[in-house]
Amino acid sequence: MRIDVKKTYKLFIGGQFPRSESGRSYELFDSKGNFLANPALASRKDLRDAVVAARNISDKWSSATAFNRSQILYRVAEVMEGRKDQFIAEIIAQEGVTKAQALKQVNEAIDLWVWYAGWCDKIASVYGGTNPVSGSFYNFTTPENLGVVASFISDQSSLTSIVHAVAPILAGGNTLVAVAHEDYPLSAITLSEVIATSDVPGGVVNILTGKAKEIAPWVGSHMDIDGVDGSGLDSTTYDALRKDGADNLKRINRFDEVKSPQRILAYMEHKTVWHPIGI
Amino acid sequence: MLAIDGTETSIKSFLRTLSPVDQVGAESRAAMLGTRSIKTTSKLWAIDTAISMIDLTTLEGADTPGKVKAICTKAVRPDPLDATVPHVGAVCVYNDMVRIAREHLDNNGGKSIPVAAVSTAFPSGRASLEVKKRDTEDAIANGATEIDMVIDRGAFLSGNLAKVFAEIVCIKEICGERAHLKVILETGELVTYDNVRKASFLAMAAGADFIKTSTGKVTPAATTPVVLVMLEAVRDYFQLTGKRIGVKPAGGIRTTKDAIKQLVLVNETAGPEWLNPELFRIGASALLNDLLMQRMKMHHGQYSGRNYVTLD
Repeated sequence: MRIDVKKTYKLFIGGQFPRSESGRSYELFDSKGNFLANPALASRKDLRDAVVAARNISDKWSSATAFNRSQILYRVAEVMEGRKDQFIAEIIAQEGVTKAQALKQVNEAIDLWVWYAGWCDKIASVYGGTNPVSGSFYNFTTPENLGVVASFISDQSSLTSIVHAVAPILAGGNTLVAVAHEDYPLSAITLSEVIATSDVPGGVVNILTGKAKEIAPWVGSHMDIDGVDGSGLDSTTYDALRKDGADNLKRINRFDEVKSPQRILAYMEHKTVWHPIGI
Repeated sequence: MLAIDGTETSIKSFLRTLSPVDQVGAESRAAMLGTRSIKTTSKLWAIDTAISMIDLTTLEGADTPGKVKAICTKAVRPDPLDATVPHVGAVCVYNDMVRIAREHLDNNGGKSIPVAAVSTAFPSGRASLEVKKRDTEDAIANGATEIDMVIDRGAFLSGNLAKVFAEIVCIKEICGERAHLKVILETGELVTYDNVRKASFLAMAAGADFIKTSTGKVTPAATTPVVLVMLEAVRDYFQLTGKRIGVKPAGGIRTTKDAIKQLVLVNETAGPEWLNPELFRIGASALLNDLLMQRMKMHHGQYSGRNYVTLD
């Protein structure tokens, strides 16, 4: 008989997989009540470290060409494809669905990722433009990245929801701190392993597992976070976060789970340039 | 007193009397002291103390008078929105910027902040003694009251200790009462902890007021074990002669955590007498912003960001 080699599910911060700074973890059970794993229970200090990592790489990621970002994100989808079996097994364990349903979800998630990857180099041409002004100026408006965005992943599904919360923010050139839903940390950490091996620079994506409620107030008041996707928060926590986030004018939204370029634009700023004609 | 008359023999026979450094012990002790947990109130004190010990430094080839003035303004009032933040220990610049820094400090309420100049052909030290002397005189004439000199590491490593000793003595003579002398050992090039200990004693015996780890141009720079070894040297020198010599780690100290580790080292090794800017300085530039952000966090209860401190 062979002894199982169990995987330790750790956090994903700055391209590395540290345990929680607090040393805490929590027990995760499958849909039948069997023990599944001990994922890390992230603390506010893990959030702090993740934001520092995301901020440090922000310039590099946002100044990469849109086409390059698109290639890198497409690469993530490619590597996900190769890891299908693992994603399926984890979806079945976490959600208790059939294998066919799990496969359907993985395919959906990969397709969704490809869809957002394609948007990287199109968003500026579709949603930017030249503005008619009376005067000898060319006047352009283009959407640009916001900076560091925090994202609370919803519990609608264990994998697709993560892609909804991560891919559009990256496509817009932002760096990200995502907080996995407490019930579905496994898919999130496995996805982070995919990201770590897909040419995404370390720190562009950071994933914390644990209790969103514990982390949300620190996200709300953090002065170095520029936007928050609160889709995975309950109404009370979300409202409180909106109040805290007013201090540095964070963009705080929550979304229905539909694929839409609006999810990319939600974390982009429209910037306008007046360029004199004839110079 | 130390039996050193400047000859090679006297220096070597004195350095032979020093106890060797236990490499494993020094590293593990430095690592152990780095894990001390610091309570909130002590941390507040530590942050302010660290700010007051910073030698705010800009040593780039691309330095301009504008940049030097900007860091001088920052030295006087690190956080423009909070007058309770103490001013830094000193401003550290290249020779040709000394006068600009001195005048800007004087005109902006920073009369009490000294200007330190790196001289003696910083950072390599590869120039003739005449040039080094001239360099130092020039810095003092322009208003520097602290001189950061580099030792000749080539001479030290090849055993030519009398040359190193004589150079420090010579620069010290020029400084006299007019300027404090900090001697940069450049520990990243000294290879062993034993060499660091020897170089520390050599510098102190030759008249250094401060011993400084590094130029900041070589890595590794101010690692905790190196600072520990230097603090032990300073402590032993005090027991031997009754004279307190300062220590200045420089290079690689970028976060509040790093800075607090240094303060713990000082307190536990040399003693609390060294916990003041007269005897302990930290050479840094990026560190100040991190200290300020931590300070804001402690006072306002929320994490701060780079948008709320000045760009350097």
